[in-house]
Amino acid sequence: MTTDNARRVISVIVVNEASVLSRITDLFSGRGYNITSLTVAPIPDSKYSRLTIATLGSVKVMEQITKQLHKLIPVLRVYEHEDMVEKEMAMVKFEITENLSDINTICEAYNGKIVNAGETTVIAMVADEPKRIDNFLNSMKRYNPKEIVRSGAVALER
Amino acid sequence: MQISGAQMVIEALIAEGVDTVFGYPGGAIMNVYDEIYKQDKFQHILTRHEQAAIHAAEGYSKASGKVGVAMITSGPGFTNAVTGLADAYMDSIPLVVISGQVPMSLIGTDAFQEIDAVGISRSCTKHNYLVTDAKDLPRVLKEAFYIAASGRPGPVHVDIPKDVTAQLEEFDYDIELELETYKPTTKGNPRQIKKAMEAITNAKRPLFYLGGGVINSNADQEVRELVHKTQIPVVETFMARGTLSYDDEYLIGMLGMHGSYAANMAMSETDLVIALGARFDDRVTGKLSEFAKNAAVIHVDIDPASISKLVNADYPIVGDVKSVATEMLAQSDKVDGSKYESWRETIHNFDALHPLTYHEDTERIKPQWVIERVGELLGDDANISTDVGQHQMWTAQFYPFTRARQFASSGGLGTMGFGFPAAMGVKAASPEKVSVNFTGDGSILMNVQELMTAVEKKLPVINIILNNNYLGMVRQWQTLFYDKRHSETDLSMQPDFVKLAESFGGIGYRVTTKEEFDAALKDAVEKDVVAFIDVVVERLENVLPMVPAGGSLFNMMLLEKKEEK
Repeated sequence: MTTDNARRVISVIVVNEASVLSRITDLFSGRGYNITSLTVAPIPDSKYSRLTIATLGSVKVMEQITKQLHKLIPVLRVYEHEDMVEKEMAMVKFEITENLSDINTICEAYNGKIVNAGETTVIAMVADEPKRIDNFLNSMKRYNPKEIVRSGAVALER
Repeated sequence: MQISGAQMVIEALIAEGVDTVFGYPGGAIMNVYDEIYKQDKFQHILTRHEQAAIHAAEGYSKASGKVGVAMITSGPGFTNAVTGLADAYMDSIPLVVISGQVPMSLIGTDAFQEIDAVGISRSCTKHNYLVTDAKDLPRVLKEAFYIAASGRPGPVHVDIPKDVTAQLEEFDYDIELELETYKPTTKGNPRQIKKAMEAITNAKRPLFYLGGGVINSNADQEVRELVHKTQIPVVETFMARGTLSYDDEYLIGMLGMHGSYAANMAMSETDLVIALGARFDDRVTGKLSEFAKNAAVIHVDIDPASISKLVNADYPIVGDVKSVATEMLAQSDKVDGSKYESWRETIHNFDALHPLTYHEDTERIKPQWVIERVGELLGDDANISTDVGQHQMWTAQFYPFTRARQFASSGGLGTMGFGFPAAMGVKAASPEKVSVNFTGDGSILMNVQELMTAVEKKLPVINIILNNNYLGMVRQWQTLFYDKRHSETDLSMQPDFVKLAESFGGIGYRVTTKEEFDAALKDAVEKDVVAFIDVVVERLENVLPMVPAGGSLFNMMLLEKKEEK
């Protein structure tokens, strides 16, 4: 992955305090870096939060992003993932009249299933690599999804 | 015993050894000003504009090496200060700036004089805080001073709501800071330093490239020793002026857009750049792909993000320049300075070919002469500030600087209006020296209200206005690159600067001859009062050499040769 503007995923461990997220996003916008997706949640039993940021950039740009993030006072650690397990969640809402057994079967291939059924709609959920989520959403087109939501990626180094 | 948040601010400033605070009161910061009134441990200097308070604190910090402190109110008080914060951020000046904020209960309601101050200052400070509980104040203030001064220095902004300054809590400033996420590296990696020293030993045409970091880390003495020991020639950035004395045999001069021919050619010909606390700014490098093209690069900087940001470093060394230079000095025995003799000779020839000079070929005084003349008359006895523009570049080129911290100017941000308030701060920090501000007829009007502060607080800054009735630097670019269309740069409409100074209680001189200038400067220095010396200078003089923006460093517009100077 040394080509220019490749997709890269970094994890940023930050002190869980007010405005820390703005510091990170301001840095990206102020220096003209790109954010493809961003996921944030507190790390259990600690004062830290973990951000998973998917971004586009060359090796040189990534080096700068990493260094600039490190300069922010509340940032504990920044690392670019090289060998990671990466997952993203997506939820899709369908009319209950669509072919639910087909939908459910496809969902299963993407670590998911139908998770909710209402009077007129159902919601399916999958969790997989972002690229595979793309594929899944493509294949769902024929079932006329009413609403789609993606979570953004989370990643753990192997 | 419980004390108010406002009292905590005062106690913290005293504990930090602050002797001077620059500021401007207002509604949201009144509790703190009430406590300033009651104390006598530090002086407060009331500027006449918040921007000037920050610039004065910057000047104070530049001259003293200490953290500058400024205090302002919420809303417009804060927004007026933003230019100062950005200026300090760009030039890595340690400041603690304390602003008032509307009470917590009103935050987010568009209250009177409310603005999201930390939201605005986030991108122009090293760090900032909104203090929501007075219990946090001792820690926050202690962290603010520590963060401002350590690592790569910079401004820290502390925003305190009015009810927090009224809140009563226990105060304990004798606390250990636990900044797990902030641990600047100050000591350079010994293996990297060793490799760098080997590279220096093997180089044929090495060149020291000194930046403002040398001055920030108080490494000027160590660097002077290192230079003399190794006998390697030196170029300085604008921010590093004064690191080496102007008459040091190894100093070539300033490099960059308005650097000397010899300095820029040396940078283009070197085979090893030894960058100490410099950041390869675009005004220094010109076209990056042509910059020091055949050279390996040693880059010493306390900020890892500065290393290999623009120019790839072959020998990156993260660390404080002072510590690394000391280590380099200890390992420099193998460097044989005599083998750079022919390299020094080459540079000497560059300088002989196109020396840094100007022609005295007009009736009117040449601006460069004024700067040289102040150098002759005051020299080391003066601290020098400037505003921004042609006069600033001429000062960097022609003033005979002899020491670090002699020069305060807005480098990175290029803030017009910086000079006068900064010179006041310099004077407050260094009263034994004459404080001279070289300025232009454009810049001086951008913080001219500080005449009142300087007169009231007896900060006798001598402002030398190099008056060409132009916004000179923009005019120069229009002449050179816009086919002489001098759009909105003719400043022929001017106040009477003599009367202007006098109306504030200062003293003014209008000068058209060299004799008049000498007399005016002598008089101003003797009288020791705030002065304007309005010098009528040649209108169309250009700053040369010049590397056009984006051009290669070795492609300079040069002064035309004349038979006689």
